[in-house]
Amino acid sequence: MASVSETHPANKPNPARWLVVAVPYVWLLLFFAAPFLIIFKISLSETAIAMPPYTPLFDGFGAIGDFVSELDFDNYLFLTDDPLYIEAYLSSLRIAVISTFLLLLIGYPMALAMARAPTTLRPTLVMLVILPFWTSFLIRVYAWIGILKPDGLLTLLFQSVGLFGADDQLQVFRTDYAVFIGIVYSYLPFMVLPLYSALEKMDNTLLEAASDLGCPPWKAFWKITFPLSLPGVIAGSMICFIPITGEFVIPDLLGGADTLMIGKTLWTEFFGNRDWPLASAVAVILLIMLVVPIMIFQNQQKKVA
Amino acid sequence: MKSHLLSLAAAVAATAFAATAALAQEREVRVYNWSDYIDESILTDFIKETGIKVIYDVFDSNEMLETKLLAGGSGYDVVVPTGPFLARQIQAKVFQKLDKSKLPNLSNVWPVVSERLAKYDPGNQYAVNYMWGTTGIGYNVDKVKAALGNVPIDSWNVLFKPENAAKLKSCGINILDASDETFAIALNYLGKNPDSKDTKDLEAGGAVYSKIRKSVKTFNSSAYIDELANGDSCITIGWSGDVLQAKTRAEEAKNGVNIEFIIPKEGTYMWFDNLAIPADAKHVDEAHAFINYLMKPEVIAKASNFVQYANGNLASQKFIDKEVLENPSVYPPEDVVKKLFTISPYGPREQRVLNRVWTQIKTGS
Repeated sequence: MASVSETHPANKPNPARWLVVAVPYVWLLLFFAAPFLIIFKISLSETAIAMPPYTPLFDGFGAIGDFVSELDFDNYLFLTDDPLYIEAYLSSLRIAVISTFLLLLIGYPMALAMARAPTTLRPTLVMLVILPFWTSFLIRVYAWIGILKPDGLLTLLFQSVGLFGADDQLQVFRTDYAVFIGIVYSYLPFMVLPLYSALEKMDNTLLEAASDLGCPPWKAFWKITFPLSLPGVIAGSMICFIPITGEFVIPDLLGGADTLMIGKTLWTEFFGNRDWPLASAVAVILLIMLVVPIMIFQNQQKKVA
Repeated sequence: MKSHLLSLAAAVAATAFAATAALAQEREVRVYNWSDYIDESILTDFIKETGIKVIYDVFDSNEMLETKLLAGGSGYDVVVPTGPFLARQIQAKVFQKLDKSKLPNLSNVWPVVSERLAKYDPGNQYAVNYMWGTTGIGYNVDKVKAALGNVPIDSWNVLFKPENAAKLKSCGINILDASDETFAIALNYLGKNPDSKDTKDLEAGGAVYSKIRKSVKTFNSSAYIDELANGDSCITIGWSGDVLQAKTRAEEAKNGVNIEFIIPKEGTYMWFDNLAIPADAKHVDEAHAFINYLMKPEVIAKASNFVQYANGNLASQKFIDKEVLENPSVYPPEDVVKKLFTISPYGPREQRVLNRVWTQIKTGS
């Protein structure tokens, strides 16, 4: 927008335009910056037996001097002091990386098949991908409990086809495997849709040309299709990776007590320990960690544009 | 796992709301109680009798309740914290004093209980006991016998000795996800003061659980009732009435699962769950009406008969079923009561140590 106005210096500043530009900034200020500052402020205070359960740090603008002198980063130091948090961060990243990879592995062929399907069929296929959103996310995760638990549907199925003996039971529920299944299932549409939109836009004549020139299909895929779909791959991966890192519901419902994820640690700090300052510090660090991939993503998007 | 998500919505709405009452201003009371902790017909009776609509939500941990209360504006008019939490919340000015003129049924309280409750609520100003009970061992008689052979089931050794726990691993061990209680029990088991908040002691208490961690399947405080009842788990540290409810459910399902509850001979934690009114409650009169209704001897007896917990209402005892009143797991005899202990609230720093150790145990790190 800025460059447009520079090229037209004759344009008088237009209040309506300022308004339009201001809307997203006001949005960011209200719904990102302000909550972040509140969280950051809480992260610098201490727990107390009071309502709300932390020491007030900042009472009006007159108290700025006190505020600065009382700043203490104890909560952040505590985070580095206790291996639990670092392990939880790393474990979340590990689960997010593996899940994103699995999503790509499953989502890509799906998106490709959708993009190559007859034009008349495509809207129906997109619809089928979106359809699960019509039921509550929680209900769908609970359904997985019914499927995966030791005496659940999958065990019954395996027993009925003779894969399992009568006493064998599926030991997947409350393990990391169940978490992966839940995550891959829940996030699949978020991976498939960006991939599909990238693949659908692709010019198929390129593939025809490649095949005319004697390029085998698999080589044409790696030389043409995949590089052209890269923006979709990155978009889908980011859209999945970032929320998976902070995922709480799926590991809580499907994972075992030893499934360590930062979202769950955060929940425990908040609800179990009622330690809002420390919980806020965990949240701030989580945000900082996720800003890095988001910036890489932004950068990529700019290049593509 | 905590089933806080399950507990989010278990609202009992007033369906049969009299047409005449609709003309008057709609009165309601919002109650936040433990899961599986009331005979729901009591709520419908209350609605019928008073015309006050009841919105009833449930939770399964004191921590969850306290988080909501300390955040303020919980929207609830009656809540049910356990003793040490009540004490801390009174200190945080969460509650308002009860207006005893609106609670004529206070005359029914059992002094034995209200005296103990005064440890947490000096002068019994803020709370009235709802139920009390113990934290003991619930187990599947046949499966535990198959796993342990002739080991007598009368001591915490059944669970806390690693060799026993290892044998029970395959049939499923659950530990309550209530760290204040589990640590007090472990400290008492080790012969230390169960109320100790000393870091070294808490770490020693934690070691009791980390030694058996590999054998533990779940840390849960609500879903464990059903898991025990349908045979998914075979032994649990559990609350007396919860285990007895599991026993009842298994008997009703006729699934051949035979469940028992014991108070181990080393003694255990005795807790009190109490009715209190948040300071910011919007329906104060209705909250008093609800508490007063619950304190009617025949009403609270009905609740005790259903949930199989002892209550703090002496006058109710003649309405309580014999099987409940004479069950030593519910109303323990004098010599057992002597071995029961209570604990005081944790301070913020102590709480952090406790939770750090507990989280490490649960995640197995």
